[in-house]
Amino acid sequence: MSIYLNKDSKIIVQGITGGMGAKHTALMMDSGATIVGGVNARKAGTTVTHKDADGIDVELPVFGTVAEAMKETGANVSVLFVPPAFTKDAAIEAIDAEIPLIVVITEGVPVQDTAEVWSYLQGKSTRMIGPNCPGIITPGESLAGITPHTITGSGPVGLVSKSGTLTYQMMYELKDYGFTTAIGIGGDPIVGTTHIDALQAFEDDPDTKLIVMIGEIGGDAEERAAAYIKEHITKPVVGYVAGFTAPEGKTMGHAGAIVSGSAGTAAAKQEALEAVGVKVGKTPSATAALAREILATL
Amino acid sequence: MEYQAKELFAKHGVTTTLGVVVETPEAAKAAAEQLGGVTVVKAQVKAGGRGKAGGVKIAKTPDEAFQYATDILNLTIKDLPVNRVLVTPATPPEEEYYFSFLLDRSNRQYLCIASVEGGVEIEEVAKTNPDAVKKIAIDPGKGVDAAKAREIATEAGFPEPVFEQAVTMIENLYKVFVEEDATLVEVNPLARLAGDKLEALDGKVSLDENASEVRHPDHEHFEISDEADPLEAKAKALGLNYVKLDGAVGIIGNGAGLVMSTLDVVAYAGENHGGVKPANFLDIGGGANAEVMANGLDVILNDAQVKSVFVNVFGGITACDEVAKGIVGALELLGDAATKPLVVRLDGNNVDLGRQILADANHPLVTVVDTMDGAADKAAELANA
Repeated sequence: MSIYLNKDSKIIVQGITGGMGAKHTALMMDSGATIVGGVNARKAGTTVTHKDADGIDVELPVFGTVAEAMKETGANVSVLFVPPAFTKDAAIEAIDAEIPLIVVITEGVPVQDTAEVWSYLQGKSTRMIGPNCPGIITPGESLAGITPHTITGSGPVGLVSKSGTLTYQMMYELKDYGFTTAIGIGGDPIVGTTHIDALQAFEDDPDTKLIVMIGEIGGDAEERAAAYIKEHITKPVVGYVAGFTAPEGKTMGHAGAIVSGSAGTAAAKQEALEAVGVKVGKTPSATAALAREILATL
Repeated sequence: MEYQAKELFAKHGVTTTLGVVVETPEAAKAAAEQLGGVTVVKAQVKAGGRGKAGGVKIAKTPDEAFQYATDILNLTIKDLPVNRVLVTPATPPEEEYYFSFLLDRSNRQYLCIASVEGGVEIEEVAKTNPDAVKKIAIDPGKGVDAAKAREIATEAGFPEPVFEQAVTMIENLYKVFVEEDATLVEVNPLARLAGDKLEALDGKVSLDENASEVRHPDHEHFEISDEADPLEAKAKALGLNYVKLDGAVGIIGNGAGLVMSTLDVVAYAGENHGGVKPANFLDIGGGANAEVMANGLDVILNDAQVKSVFVNVFGGITACDEVAKGIVGALELLGDAATKPLVVRLDGNNVDLGRQILADANHPLVTVVDTMDGAADKAAELANA
């Protein structure tokens, strides 16, 4: 089992013909994910060719719209590698087509565009992951995004993180256990899927035995997640928060990673998580060690 | 800065007085003469609390403006040198209000905050009389039209003589917020002047850097290079994601989260090595080729405070052998300019190949350590040597 993404996921790529889109379509194909086509209005009717996991060439159709791609292929996931200036329109097109899941990888999307997309999404059937995220991987089943599929396989750990490289680092640290699903929710101030959403999904997934939650400075998503864990999550959760040494008022790489005055500090997040019984590691390896202790008893 | 915020206010029809921005006491005096009457001389820095720091003075004469400008231009406010002052006509407010639009991260929408009971002391008002501070949610999909502006003005309780002006100003401030892609538009104080004239006396606008990059090339002129740290300026020119800090261990890594984590791990390791701390944040992103690595090393090695460098890379999509080639290539490019010890930790994709390349190069400055914690400890130890 898994959350949001599984072996039956049929993925299209918006921006399949661009540099990033082409590169990662190839990697997703290599992972064994079912990619069924792409979207680019200007190249509709053409095809692109990539090798699947067995090294066999597969011709993927390029459609003019998401709706057409869904109708022809039965796609239920769209991954967006669209430049930031066009991401809002591409996301709204996918939402209008009522695709169940969009995964927005694009970094640098204006935050008001994301706010408008989020507003547009209300009451509609689409879930959005991202933007500015590595996407989601259900090892051995599917990959919608840029997470390396070679780090580890399937196992009992569910992982939710704002950061891509910390996701990879944690998958590597716990590679002997493996993961149900690892989801990178993104480092922007507004994202479509939150820690809370992922925590609940992992709670509901019978194969996930332990949840690792990785946060970082900025905003109050971790504090909110802590409050949610207290009320709704019964599975063990291990946490990690990055950015204890970040200075006030400076953006640390991710657009959302900023300490404003006394708000959004790593210390406050750690405190909130520990107050509800989440074990928080001081470093990624210490966090993995905490996870191991619990996994050994399950 | 205030004068820049006012520039954006004026652009979108928000009533304000621009005043004159000057960089010398002589020019401040000339500005005061030109404006005539009593003027206010205000420090222009990206920081709050300017008044408390002595950065805002009322000058009765041009000579006083000269004197105050001299004093203020010698100030440092919250570590920022004051390089320019704004001279405006003194317009004593009869009442002060507070008004802002901002991005509400937690609720994924916009928020309007307004108070007609106190402007500059808004934080005090929020504590002592929270009901006087109105918060009105704005749906980003709907925005603020004339009707919504009227609703906000009513909720905020703007008094009748300035009510219609407030409605117009709210509409125009929302234009500043959306058309300039701001994350904060704040007027504080919003003043009721003599004759029931409503005016933005002081303000602050925070712009979304992503949006400026995508669709506001004109925002570039708001960046004031003399406030930036020289190393940060250099890194920016090289296209690197760099933040200068105060420690002795230079940091290079890939991915914002991993680099933030690396800073923390180095600071913990430093506790055992004389309290050394990280010197910077530097994320070289996914494609760590030799040129990017060389540029990164170049910036960090030029930081006089740096005593050792920790390169921490997890090869996800990027293969560790490419990263290792990048490091070796960078050291070749830098030649004798590279003088400080490097501790390298590689993990992930093609790690064995990567470590082999570093071993074969056998560079005297490079130490390879297998784990992140171990490498941080070694880098801290070298910085404390």
